[in-house]
Amino acid sequence: MVAFWILAVVSVAAALGMIFQRKAVYSALLLAVVMLSLAALYAVQDAPFLALVQVIVYTGAVLMLFLFVLMLVGVATVDSLVETLSGQRIWAAVAGLGFAGLLVFGIGNAVFAADAGLAAANGEGNVMGLARLIFNKYVFAFEVTSALLITAALGAMVLAHKERVSPKANQRQLSEQRFKSGEHPGNLPSSGTYARHNAVDMPALLPDGSVAERSLNPVLTARGDTVDRHADLAGESQTEAIAGDVEAVEKTVEEAQK
Amino acid sequence: MSHYLILSALLFSIGAVGVLIRRNAIVVFMCVELMLNATNLAFVSFSKMHGNLDGQVIAFFVMVVAAAEVVVGLAIIMTIFRSRRSSSVDDASLLKY
Repeated sequence: MVAFWILAVVSVAAALGMIFQRKAVYSALLLAVVMLSLAALYAVQDAPFLALVQVIVYTGAVLMLFLFVLMLVGVATVDSLVETLSGQRIWAAVAGLGFAGLLVFGIGNAVFAADAGLAAANGEGNVMGLARLIFNKYVFAFEVTSALLITAALGAMVLAHKERVSPKANQRQLSEQRFKSGEHPGNLPSSGTYARHNAVDMPALLPDGSVAERSLNPVLTARGDTVDRHADLAGESQTEAIAGDVEAVEKTVEEAQK
Repeated sequence: MSHYLILSALLFSIGAVGVLIRRNAIVVFMCVELMLNATNLAFVSFSKMHGNLDGQVIAFFVMVVAAAEVVVGLAIIMTIFRSRRSSSVDDASLLKY
């Protein structure tokens, strides 16, 4: 009973949070809380198989699918507060409260026999008992389930399929496109090559010692201080550092030529 | 034993209110899932109350159907989003006119 009260409070609070949370991702995570506490409630009620299926299928697969689609469809979308029908929210809340009251009082009025308990039915083990039912009494429903799953898989494929409007460009066309655009056709030089440091904000130096503009991210270039920031590492100004580098390179080249 | 049924009824009503007040189609869908889960809890409680496993088998089938439903429903939401750039249930109102 202790488990029930804790889990009941947690699940109702999470469910309420789920419908009142404006961000859809928070709603999804709170739904995960509800589903996990329901799994624990199943385990308490002698349904260990369902508890595990709840964790694996609902929390593991269904909810992750929800999060996938949320991330694809725009996490940033927040519910608008403009009501299409005026007063809809209030009336929905009233209807919900009325419905809950009706159900709760209905259940409160009903007379329940004492719990029969599942000790006898679970005698062979819960999974064995369920398997006996599924593969004997409910075997036709089980077979129909396979048709349902195949239909669902096909339906998802048909719905998610997108027809290609224009033919796919082949490699030759892509290459021609790249050269005709007039921009640099190949890979851009990476930063730090032939420079004194290997850092993303350190421009590569061309063989004559000048700075290769293309080697830096335009965002970093826009800040404008990248070359200067590294110049003081050797205790020299930028031009001096470059001159020193060029000198060193020339010296090595001369030595190699001798 | 009626505690579990009352909890199930509360969760079901919360899900129903969520379906009515939310605008985002995905959140509406999550509320439908919450309602299905609430009925599953009632099935499991009844199973314990009557001392046989039929209720648990039904809950299992509900889970299978819910999984299939989620796949198709989310695919529909994706398709609508692709053509309208919106996942609000108010924006798909073309049949009204």
